[in-house]
Amino acid sequence: MQTIAVIDYGMGNLRSVTKALEHVIDKNQKVILTSSQQQVAAADKVVFPGQGAARDCMRAIDEHELRETIVEAARNKPFLGICMGLQVLVETSEENNGTECLGLFPGAVRYFGDDMTDADGNRLKVPHMGWNQVAQTRPHPLWQDIENHSRFYFVHSYYLETESPQLEVGHCEYGKGFTCAIARDNVFALQCHPEKSADAGLQLLTNFVQWDGYDSDTRD
Amino acid sequence: MGLAKRIIPCLDVDNGRVVKGVKFVEIRDAGDPVDNARRYNEEGADELTFLDITASSDNRDTMVHVVEDVASEVFIPLTVGGGIREIGDVRRMLNAGADKVAINTAAVFNPEFVKQAADRFGSQCIVVAVDAKKVSQPGETERWEIFTHGGRKPTGIDALEWVMRMDEYGAGEILLTSMDRDGTKQGFDLGLTRHVADSVKIPVIASGGVGTLEHMAEGVIDGKADAVLAASIFHFGEYRIAEVKEYMQSRGIEVRD
Repeated sequence: MQTIAVIDYGMGNLRSVTKALEHVIDKNQKVILTSSQQQVAAADKVVFPGQGAARDCMRAIDEHELRETIVEAARNKPFLGICMGLQVLVETSEENNGTECLGLFPGAVRYFGDDMTDADGNRLKVPHMGWNQVAQTRPHPLWQDIENHSRFYFVHSYYLETESPQLEVGHCEYGKGFTCAIARDNVFALQCHPEKSADAGLQLLTNFVQWDGYDSDTRD
Repeated sequence: MGLAKRIIPCLDVDNGRVVKGVKFVEIRDAGDPVDNARRYNEEGADELTFLDITASSDNRDTMVHVVEDVASEVFIPLTVGGGIREIGDVRRMLNAGADKVAINTAAVFNPEFVKQAADRFGSQCIVVAVDAKKVSQPGETERWEIFTHGGRKPTGIDALEWVMRMDEYGAGEILLTSMDRDGTKQGFDLGLTRHVADSVKIPVIASGGVGTLEHMAEGVIDGKADAVLAASIFHFGEYRIAEVKEYMQSRGIEVRD
């Protein structure tokens, strides 16, 4: 039996994530929602979700004493970060006047700003909420059977900026272009919510539960 | 290409069943919430809103089960409204699988509740539902006020000031219903919608009055709404979601295929 652990550190609606994973696993897999270091460490795959503010997320991770566990999981097993689970993987976030994050990847999280407009001069609302297109900027096993430029559901006010272009696997446009999915080795993380993105999202989760953790670009 | 405008069917739930009614008259059973949700999902709905119209609080547990059942099978955003009065109600609905809760009356009576809920669970899951009615006379500068109890009780609160305050308090979205237009099929109150959309930095869902495909497009083009919500035109099978999207696309509005 293969175990997929969804890390529960008290942030956000985790039921959606677990329900969607339960919908796509095969009979040899099970999904557990856990805040236990041991269970995360013993799991075969790890999903790191998150909602809310960066500072609260980081604080909750530390209150649950999960920092080491998360960093360790991101080093050696198939790991999927979702929404805030993407943002806290990088170095810093502008949110809450600056928050130190886990620093696993180079990059910073920035606020969209209240002055964005579309091509016709209409004000763009923040949060960026709704279905937007994701451009697959390079092949990855988790994009398998998902049409390029498929729409995914987003809801966020901060976006990732990274100086490391090879990290990017997905790109999105909202007032400005931004990296909406990153991948390196066994880690894949995205800003949008696959658990709420209908068929495209379920396909991505299916690809994750079947993933061996190798990135197609780095496989020998 | 960018963010798509959202089409949101609204389902009224009474005692665990979806009901159809016109202005709460001649309410008929319209089946199982999961079946309805699945059908709208297949037709391309971008989100679903469930409104608990159950009068008694005894049936709140039933609503939790409805949300659990729907969330286990339909993987698009789900908003639940009706009877959300305290932090415990928000938590219960989110734990059941709702992505957002819509707070209406409780926000009017206790605006701090919106702030507390947004602080606790994040703005992304707090929708403030606003029922507004025009109070200005013809010829005067247009003015709208907030009403409660299904549009029967005036509060004296100016609608535009209210939505700005809710934005500031951490609401993630405004679900705006024109009480003048609700159920009339004469189209959205576009003046109200546009004024609200221009007043806040958060997305606005237009509701109340949709009778035709043109109305849906107008809500976005003239009302500047980020999403349009409708009940009866979908429930009574007048239009399918795909038809709405096709029409909106023909008017140059970006939608999700």
